Amino acid sequence: MFSLQGKTALVTGASGGLGAAIARALHDRGAELVLSGTREAALAELAASLGERVHVCAANLSSGEEADALVGKAEALLGKPLDILVNNAGLTRDGLIIRMKDEDWSQVMTVDLESPFRLCRAALKGMLRRRGGRIINIASIVGVTGNGGQSNYSAAKAGMIGMTKSLAQEVGSRGVTVNVIAPGFIETAMTAVLPDVQREKLLGSIPLGRMGKPEDIAAAVVYLASEEAGWVTGMTMNVNGGMAMP
Amino acid sequence: MSEIADKVKKIVVEHLGVEESKVTPEASFIDDLGADSLDTVELVMAFEEAFSVEIPEDAAEKIATVKDAIDYIEKQKAA
Repeated sequence: MFSLQGKTALVTGASGGLGAAIARALHDRGAELVLSGTREAALAELAASLGERVHVCAANLSSGEEADALVGKAEALLGKPLDILVNNAGLTRDGLIIRMKDEDWSQVMTVDLESPFRLCRAALKGMLRRRGGRIINIASIVGVTGNGGQSNYSAAKAGMIGMTKSLAQEVGSRGVTVNVIAPGFIETAMTAVLPDVQREKLLGSIPLGRMGKPEDIAAAVVYLASEEAGWVTGMTMNVNGGMAMP
Repeated sequence: MSEIADKVKKIVVEHLGVEESKVTPEASFIDDLGADSLDTVELVMAFEEAFSVEIPEDAAEKIATVKDAIDYIEKQKAA
């Protein structure tokens, strides 16, 4: 089950902790990968640790042109068409709306919502023609529940969930599935710096009593990318330890 | 039949998997050839690629029949 042998995948944001875990899991199932991200050294390091079947294609997704070009570049590196697109890249610019700067809003929208749109659009051309493909968007629990101080991020992630559902309806007849994962709080560099009090409070709100590991999300990606998930589309998969059950 | 018309016909046959005899100039992609809305978009994209032309959205919307497509592309190529 869940073999990705012979499949190709592009993972954006692969220079981050979650992206790296996703890449590792897809690779482990046999997929040939293109790793994209902004930090080239981190990408090269990850590629080296994975060994065979890995290509690196750095891109800055705050640029529309770079986002538009990425799928084409990835397919050129692979020398074959793209089967699986994982839109994982994202950034946060947290703050209360009343104090939020225009660029904090627009930067999050550009990278977290517009670039996935551009990547989907580019990847679909080939997927539709070949009558198959997997698009997996990585949103966030806050796109479902909202979160004070993250209006821009939660709006972008909620937008991603809406886009996923619409796109799933548009391309379902061609065997292309489009799904979105909404991860809860994951143990990463970002959450490691939380003060103890806040951390305790956070853990108290998670029925499964722990923060998520990047691997918890990566396993969900593998499932959605697999042949076995061929009847699943337009779904928001909440992988959050039970913190929210929408 | 012009070279463009031939090529358009070929693309339609290939893409929609219909018999060549059905692809008459008057044939409507949706009503006669069984295309859905996504097929028509894909056809337009295939025409764009095959003829190196750009078919903007408002023009694409008006391409309903095989003849519409041929006429539009011939006009673009003549310009």
